[in-house]
Amino acid sequence: MNKPLRRVAVFCGLLVLALLVRVNWVQFVQSDQLKNDPHNRRVAIERYSTPRGNIIVDGKAITGSTTTDSGDFKYKRTYKNGKMWAPVTGYASQAFDSNQLEKLNDAILTGTDDRLFFSRTVDMFTGGKQKGGNVVTTLDAKAQKAAFDGLGDKKGAVVALNPETGAILALASTPSYDPSTFAGMTDKDAEAYNALQKKNNPDEPMLNRALRQTYPPGSTFKVVTAAAALENGLYTDPDAKTDSPVPYILPDTVHQPLNNEGNIPCENATLRVALQYSCNTVFGKISADLGNAKMKAEAEKFGFNDAKIDTPVRAAESVFPKDNRPQNAMAGIGQASNRATPLQMAMVASAVANGGKLMKPYMVESLVAPNLNVVQQHTPQELGRPLKPENAQKLQSMMETVVKDGTGQSAQIDGVTVGGKTGTAQHGENNKDNPYAWFISYAKTAKGTPVAVAVVIEGSDTLRDDIAGGKLAAPIAKGVMEAVIEGQR
Amino acid sequence: MSSTTTTTTVGTFAAPSRRNTELALLVFAVLIPVFAYVNVGLAKDGSVPAGALGYTLGLGLLAGVTHLVVRKWAPYADPLMLPIATLLNGLGLVFIWRLDQEPKISTPQLGGAMAPGQLMWSTLGVALFLGVLVFLKDHRVLQRYTYISMVVALVLLIAPIFFPARFGARIWITIPGVGSLQPGEFAKIIIAIFFAGYLMVKRDALALASRRFMGMYLPRGRDLGPILVIWALSLMILVFETDLGTSLLFFGLFVIMLYVATERTSWIVFGLLLSAGGAVAVATFESHVQVRVHNWLNPLELQNGGVTETAQAMYSFGSGGILGSGLGQGYSRLIGGIAPKSDYILATVGEEIGLAGLMGILLLYGLLIERGIRTALAARDPFGKLLAVGLSGAFALQVFVVAGGVTGLIPLTGMTMPFLAQGGSSVIANWALVGILLRISDTARRPAPAPAPSTDAEMTQVVRP
Repeated sequence: MNKPLRRVAVFCGLLVLALLVRVNWVQFVQSDQLKNDPHNRRVAIERYSTPRGNIIVDGKAITGSTTTDSGDFKYKRTYKNGKMWAPVTGYASQAFDSNQLEKLNDAILTGTDDRLFFSRTVDMFTGGKQKGGNVVTTLDAKAQKAAFDGLGDKKGAVVALNPETGAILALASTPSYDPSTFAGMTDKDAEAYNALQKKNNPDEPMLNRALRQTYPPGSTFKVVTAAAALENGLYTDPDAKTDSPVPYILPDTVHQPLNNEGNIPCENATLRVALQYSCNTVFGKISADLGNAKMKAEAEKFGFNDAKIDTPVRAAESVFPKDNRPQNAMAGIGQASNRATPLQMAMVASAVANGGKLMKPYMVESLVAPNLNVVQQHTPQELGRPLKPENAQKLQSMMETVVKDGTGQSAQIDGVTVGGKTGTAQHGENNKDNPYAWFISYAKTAKGTPVAVAVVIEGSDTLRDDIAGGKLAAPIAKGVMEAVIEGQR
Repeated sequence: MSSTTTTTTVGTFAAPSRRNTELALLVFAVLIPVFAYVNVGLAKDGSVPAGALGYTLGLGLLAGVTHLVVRKWAPYADPLMLPIATLLNGLGLVFIWRLDQEPKISTPQLGGAMAPGQLMWSTLGVALFLGVLVFLKDHRVLQRYTYISMVVALVLLIAPIFFPARFGARIWITIPGVGSLQPGEFAKIIIAIFFAGYLMVKRDALALASRRFMGMYLPRGRDLGPILVIWALSLMILVFETDLGTSLLFFGLFVIMLYVATERTSWIVFGLLLSAGGAVAVATFESHVQVRVHNWLNPLELQNGGVTETAQAMYSFGSGGILGSGLGQGYSRLIGGIAPKSDYILATVGEEIGLAGLMGILLLYGLLIERGIRTALAARDPFGKLLAVGLSGAFALQVFVVAGGVTGLIPLTGMTMPFLAQGGSSVIANWALVGILLRISDTARRPAPAPAPSTDAEMTQVVRP
C-alpha cells in the first residue's frame, strides 16, 4: 500500500503548495491594490486617525478637526462658515469621501505626501503623531464675504481675480451647503448629505456654480467680440463709425433681423457707443464680418474651449463652438451655443484690465509642512495674450465708459476707475426661461489693477431688459471690488 | 532492501525515540505563543497583559503533562506532531484573545469574549488526547468497532437536523447547560475508523473481484454497496444541512482511502467523475452554492452597496502585506460578527503577522499532515496504514478547504481551521485525531519484539546421504 500512500503524500504536499502560492499572490502581488482599494476602510481609518491639516485664508484656518467617538474614525472635519467657503474647500467626509481642495491636497492635509517624508520621519523618532500640512489659499476673506452676502438668497456665483497674478480672491456660489453637516458618519450625516443631492433638492446646493457650471454669457461676451474686432484690425478706433444697420439681418437667412433691446442709438454707432448701450446689431455684425474662425481663435486666447483650466480645482470647459454664419453672429453677442463659466468671464475682464495679458487663475498660494516649511509655492503663470497692449487700452476706455455713462453705472466707486460690462442672457427654448443677469468688471487704483470680477445671477421674473445685469449683478461686483481695495489700503 | 529499514520494516534494533527532541520543540511551542500574547498586550494597552504569567504557566503545564504522558505511554511516537499541535493551539488562543479586545465584535449578543472558553475546550481536548494515549494501548482495537462506528457516525451526522440552524448552517446540536457541539468534527474521525476497518477486510475483493466495464474495473455491488450507501447518505445529509465543506471533506476522504486500499488509479477517475457530477447537481439545486461561487469569482463586488465579508477578508490580507501590521494592530474586526474568530481567523493571521507569518502557519499544517502520512507509511498493519492516511487526509483537506476558501483560492465553505479557529468541538476532535496518529506512530516506530530463540536458527546440519 506504500505506492499510493506516497502519491497521497505528494497530493497533500501540492495542496499546501497551492495555498502558499495563493497567499503569495494575494499578500505580495495584489497587496498594494487591495491595500489602497477605496472600499478598504483602512484607507479611511488611516486618513482620519490624525487631525487633518487646515485650509488657510488670510492667515486664519477656515477648517478644523474635532475628535469623534463614532466608530473607527478618531477625527472629523469641521468648517468655519462652511456655507461661504464650500466652493473653495469642497468637503471631506468620513462617509462620503471628499472633493475639491480637500481631495486634491489630501496627501498634504493627511501628512502622507512624499514631500513631508522628512517631517514624518522626525515624528516617528520623536514619538510624535503624524501631522498634516496646511494649504494656504489666495482668497480674500472680505471679498468672499462681500460676494457671498451680495448673492444672498439669490441663485448665482461670483468669481474675483487679481488680474496681475491670476490669484482667485473670491469664489462664491449660492445656494450653498455646509460641509460640516455631513463630515461624520452618523445617520444624521447621511440624512444631511442625501438632502443636498440633486434628486432631493432641485436647487443643487452642492453644485459649484463659480467653476463647474456654464451659462450663456450674454452681452458680457461683447467684450471678447470687441477685442476680436480690434485685434483683427476690423476697426482700429473705438470712436469711428462702424457702418452697421438697424436691424441687422443675420447672414445666410432669408430675413431674420437681429434687434436691440429697447430704443437705443445703435445705427452706425461707434464701438464705444455700441458697448455703452450694448448694441446687439453692431456686435452681431462684427462677429459675422470676422467669421467663425477668427472669433473662435480670439475666444480661445481668452481661455474658451480649454477643458483643463485647473485652479487646481478643474473648471468646466467654456465653449465657443465651430458654427455656421447666422449662429456665429449670435454667438458674437453671447447667445446661441456660446457657454461660459463665471471663472471664464472673470478671466476675460482680468485680461483686458491687465493690459492684454491673461494670467492663469489659481487659488493655492502654497503648501506648508506641519513645521511651517513651505513645500510648494505657486509662481504666477501667463496663460496667453489675447490683446496687444494698445488694444487693451482702447477696450479699457470703452469698458470704463460703460460704467461711467452706460448700462453699468451702479458699479461706480468713488475715486476708483471701474470698467465693466453688463449682460442678460436669454435662456431656454424661445427665451421662455428666466434670463441670467451678468456683470463683469475690474477696478483700477493708483497702485494698479487689484481686482476683476464676474457675477452671474440665475435671474428672477423681474429681469427682462438689458439693464438687468446692471441692476442686479453690478452692485455685488461693486461690493467685492470695494472689499478688495479697502483691504489694500 | 535497505531503504525500508527505518520506515516500514520490522527491525530488531530500536528507532531513536526522539523524546528529547520533542521536549526542546515543546519549549519553543510554548514560548512563541507567550511572546505573541505579551506582544498583543503591549500593542493594545502598552503594558504586559495581566494574564501573562497564568497563560505561560497554563500552557507550559499542559505541554509538560502531555510530554510526560507521551514519554511514558507512547515513547516511540513521532516527535513533531505534539509540538506543532501545541504551537498552533497556543497561537490560536492568542489570536482569539486578541480579537476579544475589539469591543465591536465581542458584544454579549455575539458571545462576548471567547478566549477563556477556548482555553477550557483546549484543556478538554488535551485531556482527550492524553486519554487516547493512556487507554488506547493499540490502535488495532478500533478495528473491532467498524460497524458500531458506522452507526455512531450516522447518528452524529443526522442529529443536527433536529436542532435549529445557526449562522446559516444546520451543523450544531445544542445540549442545554453544556453548549453547542459540531458533531461533524467528530464524525470525521469515526468515519475514518469505519472506512479503515471495512476497507481492510474488503480491499482484495474490491481490487480484484471486479468486472471490466468500459476500460474500468467496477467492483461487485456486495463489496462496494455498503460503503457507497454510507457515503451517499452522509453526503445527502450534509447537503440537507447546507454544510458543504464537510461534504467535500468526506468525499475526499472516501476516495483517498479507497485508492490507498485498492491501489487502483481507476478509483481516482471514478471519484473525480462522481465529484464533478455531484458538484454540478448540488450547484444547480442549491441557490446558496451559486452565491458562494459568485462571491468567489467576484471577491470585491459590493452587495447592497456594502462590502462583503469575502472582500473584507481580501482587504485584510492585502493590508497585511509581507510583514503584517503587527499583532493587535490590524483591522480584521471589519469582517464583522463572530466570523473573524472562527471561519476567518486566517484573515487576522494574514493581516497582523503578514505573508511571512501566514506561510509559517501553513507550513506548520503541511508538516503535521506529512508527518501523519509518514506514520501511515511506517505503520506495519493495513488497518493502521488506512486509519493514519484517512486521518491525515481529512486534516489536509480541511486545512485546504478552509485556507483556500478564506484566501479566495476556491469558493468559501464554512469550516474551522484546525486548532487555530474558535470552536470547542473542533479543538477537542483535532486533539483526539493527533492522539490517534501518535498512537499509530508509536506502534509503527516501536522496535519489534526480538524473535524468539528458535532451534531453526541453529546451524543447519547437513545430512549427507
